[in-house]
Amino acid sequence: MSDGKSFYRIVTTVIASLALVFATAAPAVFAAQKEAKMGFALSMTGGAAAYGATQKNGAQLAIDEINAAAGQDGIKIMPIFDDDASQPQQGINVFNKFINADQVAIIIGPTLSNTAQVTDRIAQQAGVPVLGVSNTAKGITDIGDYIFRDSLTESVVIPNTIRIAKEKTGMKKVAILYGNDDAFTKSGYDAFKQALTDQGIEILGELTFAKGDRDFSPQLTQIKSLNPDAIVVSALVEEASGIVSQARQLGIPTSVPIIGGNGFNSPALIKNAGPAADGVIVGAAWNISSTDPLNVRFVDAFTAKYGNPPDQFAAQAFAGVHIAYEAITKAGSVDRKAIRDALTQIKDFNTVLGNFSFTQNREADHPPVVQIVKDGKFVVLGQ
Amino acid sequence: MEVFLQQLINGLFIGSVYGLFAVGYTLVFGVLDILNLAHPAVFTLGGLVALWLVEGAHLSIWAAFPLAVLFAGLLGILLDRIAFAPLRHRADSYFSGLISSIAMAIIFESAALGIFGARTVRFPAGTVSMHIWRFSGVTVTSLQVEIVLVAVLLMVALTSFLHRTRIGKAIRAVAESERTARLLGIHVDAVIAWTFFISSALGGAAGILFGLYFDSLSPDMGRSIELKGLAVIVLGGMGSIPGAILGGVAFGLSEVMTVAITGTSNLRDAVAFTVLFLILLVRPSGLLGRGRIREA
Repeated sequence: MSDGKSFYRIVTTVIASLALVFATAAPAVFAAQKEAKMGFALSMTGGAAAYGATQKNGAQLAIDEINAAAGQDGIKIMPIFDDDASQPQQGINVFNKFINADQVAIIIGPTLSNTAQVTDRIAQQAGVPVLGVSNTAKGITDIGDYIFRDSLTESVVIPNTIRIAKEKTGMKKVAILYGNDDAFTKSGYDAFKQALTDQGIEILGELTFAKGDRDFSPQLTQIKSLNPDAIVVSALVEEASGIVSQARQLGIPTSVPIIGGNGFNSPALIKNAGPAADGVIVGAAWNISSTDPLNVRFVDAFTAKYGNPPDQFAAQAFAGVHIAYEAITKAGSVDRKAIRDALTQIKDFNTVLGNFSFTQNREADHPPVVQIVKDGKFVVLGQ
Repeated sequence: MEVFLQQLINGLFIGSVYGLFAVGYTLVFGVLDILNLAHPAVFTLGGLVALWLVEGAHLSIWAAFPLAVLFAGLLGILLDRIAFAPLRHRADSYFSGLISSIAMAIIFESAALGIFGARTVRFPAGTVSMHIWRFSGVTVTSLQVEIVLVAVLLMVALTSFLHRTRIGKAIRAVAESERTARLLGIHVDAVIAWTFFISSALGGAAGILFGLYFDSLSPDMGRSIELKGLAVIVLGGMGSIPGAILGGVAFGLSEVMTVAITGTSNLRDAVAFTVLFLILLVRPSGLLGRGRIREA
């Protein structure tokens, strides 16, 4: 196993260095059929496999639509999907392959912020534009001027969630429960705490759990005794489901809403927690029930093709392909620098995420929403 | 006070699942003096097979439960045949048995991974109808009551089985002395197979109850309970059945109380294992000493 891996590594390195030599000579014009190669580094295996699968579906749908519409003369997307195995090391291999061997025009991904922290540096050095479609951790686009993302960061979504939740529920004092041994849930907690302080909401207590915990009743029992107006939770979807259903089992009434971060924003939460999920408030970057015709068409097409409704990850991947394609069309070539420059010009572009622009720092700029679960469905609480 | 009572119930409940799991460990240890490290894998498969029976074969949980328990028991016999029986007459059978049971654990876990996938899965909603009772601020669900009842029932059944039935008595005789039992004409291999069957059936039952309560099953769920089960039987006294139950409850309570007092689960295992360490210092034979299977 390890022998095979190191052999693979050597081979890719050799190919990569060879490709690097020829790379400068490769002309940056479209091949005869006008094709643009897009590399998708998604987590198809490992811890983030569930997210990677739905991202791939969203991206594939967008590619099919674009290629069908392109006809004979238009630019077609030639996608190359590869699995980063939810691991930075594998992400590096995939990026090197995309950049040097496959000669892609742009890279979409990787799925996890953790991986992006490492891989995006390689792309920046090689001058290949990267569009993250699910990275929400702080500082990803600070890596360099070739790094973009269409996923709103926690520091945008969470303050908005707390503001609207306060408006709608009048909450004054809350308890916080979060995972303190995971970068994602910890950064969600930091953002929540900041937002709560800014809104003048009292924090009655902070409790934590660890990765892989299944029993949250001791923490929830303590929270119940604090009598909060709401419970703020930063957790990934598996733990979130357990927390929500155990909270209701312990007799924390539905009049005490549970407010969650990005990890809660998945149909899996409703599927797992069932009726207990009702009343959960979630900040999100995408609103499945938006009546924007573009969004309605996307939701219908996705559901028809895959048999289940899309989630935010699919929507962001779908939008990401459209944004990248828009930049390629505008650039009029597959020159990596021209595409990067075109990306910075994206402004008020109509996507399923809403009116989309990039900020000066190449961060996503579009309106976030706040949803509440009602009768087993996400509906909009406020915007 | 209400909070304390609720935490007591939380601990008692999780402790009874630990206890049920640990009884299987301790039974094999008491009879054969070997640790069966494939026990957590049987725990996992018991839960996953019950889920498959409910979801794939559309059985009610009341039918799926005994079937999955039976399946886990048969896995135990398979385990004995493959991992332990061939090594039994070797001089180093304690150690080699331990190692081959680790191999079986890996095989079972990989099989679970291959068949059921790596994702966390759940029993469909409404598998068990759930009532919630509240007494002056303390909440108990019918599922919790059912789980504790099933655990108690299985333990009582096991104890009377070991005392009243011929096979039970034979198991205790083998635990006393395999050689003497053989001389007395007891079919020792069959008795050992029975021991594995019962031990694994209890492990599978614990897996189903665990999966039902936490509503989450995955091929690696055995790992979260593996070390705890070992700690529980050391705490209660190796080979003692009442000790395993007592140890399980004590372990569950210490976990829950640690989380309740510190507000985080980071210290949970640290405190539980410190308690274990202290007990080993003060009372190396565990809480209930060496009340072996033969005395059950």
